[in-house]
Amino acid sequence: MDHILLRHREIKDIKRLDVYRKNGGFQAFQKAVTKMGPAEVTELVKASGLRGRGGAGFPTGVKWSFIPAGVYPRYVVANADESEPGTFKDREILEGNPYQFLEGVAIACYAVEAHVGYVYLRGEFWHLALEIDACIAELEQAGLLGDALFGTDYSLRIHTHVGAGAYICGEESALLESIEGKLGQPRIRPPFPATSGLFDKPTVINNVETLTNLPLILEKGADWYRSMGTGDSPGVKIFSLSGRVKKPGNYELPFGLTFRQLIFEYGGGILDDRPVKAIMAAGASSSLIVADDKALDTKLDYASVRTLGADLGSASVIVIDDTVSIRWVISKTIHFFKHESCGKCTPCREGTYWMMHLIDRIEHGEATQENVELLHTVAKQMQNKCLCALGEFATMAPATGIERFPIDFKASPAGGTHA
Amino acid sequence: MSLADKYPQEVKKILAKYPPEYKRSAVMPLLYLAQRQDGYITKASVQDIAGMLDMTTTDVVSIVGFYTLFHDQRAGKYRMQVCTDLPCAMRGADRFLEELCSHLGIKVGETTPDGLVTVEAVMCLAACDRAPMFQLQTAEGLEYHENMSVDKTLELIATLKKSGGEVK
Repeated sequence: MDHILLRHREIKDIKRLDVYRKNGGFQAFQKAVTKMGPAEVTELVKASGLRGRGGAGFPTGVKWSFIPAGVYPRYVVANADESEPGTFKDREILEGNPYQFLEGVAIACYAVEAHVGYVYLRGEFWHLALEIDACIAELEQAGLLGDALFGTDYSLRIHTHVGAGAYICGEESALLESIEGKLGQPRIRPPFPATSGLFDKPTVINNVETLTNLPLILEKGADWYRSMGTGDSPGVKIFSLSGRVKKPGNYELPFGLTFRQLIFEYGGGILDDRPVKAIMAAGASSSLIVADDKALDTKLDYASVRTLGADLGSASVIVIDDTVSIRWVISKTIHFFKHESCGKCTPCREGTYWMMHLIDRIEHGEATQENVELLHTVAKQMQNKCLCALGEFATMAPATGIERFPIDFKASPAGGTHA
Repeated sequence: MSLADKYPQEVKKILAKYPPEYKRSAVMPLLYLAQRQDGYITKASVQDIAGMLDMTTTDVVSIVGFYTLFHDQRAGKYRMQVCTDLPCAMRGADRFLEELCSHLGIKVGETTPDGLVTVEAVMCLAACDRAPMFQLQTAEGLEYHENMSVDKTLELIATLKKSGGEVK
């Protein structure tokens, strides 16, 4: 099957505007602006069942419909702050198929009657931000962005805003703070961004992959989109596969394949043909899944992964084999979240600090079994108390690692084995 | 010389991106511009930007401190930032970093004696399938180097040194 998002893999030079337009590019946006009302676009996206691809899986059309009637101006912000260890899908879209992404931004803007959209790119995507700026300039030249589009009175401008190294800015309210020139720290909600977001105005924030789905949904319709994937999770998803597999990379597949298919058919199996030990389905913020037959035969969709006590999230599948100690795995994730905690709320700031000290002691072989239990307690104490999801994310691997892989935490000499 | 004098076009373009009553939004792009000018963010730039955006210098300094790509200290001409997060580490990133540092005779966070390269360990760079990898940060911007080995990296450093430290 041809790709729907990673179309650059079939269509050479689709990152050039003329090639993108030859392949139907910007016809969906033109159709929306000239032939459909904003509400009609929203209804179509609702009917397609498209769910947010940034991790939360919230229905996109429903999210748009939370914008309150009669309040203007409104903003759309594309979240291109991809920074979760294990996630590298948005980067490939931006690199390979940028105009389809930008057409998606334009469609979302029209659907919520926004006249300005922002693309927030992580600072490390510096070269991509320059490319996106060049794409936007081309679109303005071609009359596909700007004033009085397609002879209507609809106008639209898109700007990039480049971050500067902070995972937390992928959290939508922290991202808005960052665009406003403040520290990237999450806001207390309510109010939610839909009512009071960027510059205190109604705002929709969507992930890059989510937005890139929109042009083809408009072109081919909701039924076409629903013909792929599962009832719970319609459509296609980019699975970022990493860790101890032979062929790591992005795989765009319909929802509903199994972990076994992804890892062995697409990923080529495990390095050195070792047994697979554990899976993190949603990057470093995942619960650790014991990779038994039941798990390997579980379908990759939002509802099925939940039956394993985990989430599919952004579908960043990190594969761990039997050469890797879970103790070392959670040391890596704890250090990541400790570094990225924004410091605003106490449970996350202090919790990640103490988890780091405990896991360092455990990793260096200086710990007692009580320290392991204390680490588990700290993780559990943080849960449901943090201001945003980052604090919650920080606890998932330590809590489930200790619960599901107890043998890896038995008091033993230093030196967690790893690759 | 102030940023507005030195880069009038860029400053104008940056300010035009945001509503005039929210000009503070321009602080990050202006800090990048200041970093491009001096290689790091100087006290003079902080004052310049604070004045331009009606912010206190403390506010500007807090932004510099919060975001890891802003630097208030001079380092090597190139910052070689190696990702050592979980997926990269499962593909040898820690060992790569250790061996690289031992070849260069420096510790992580230190700069080579000629002032060319500072080697740092950083968090995820969204390149998990192409480890070992690093980004090279200069005053001008960033570029990725993926599927690297210690040998390839030492060659790259030799090339940078020969070319007088110019990055594309």
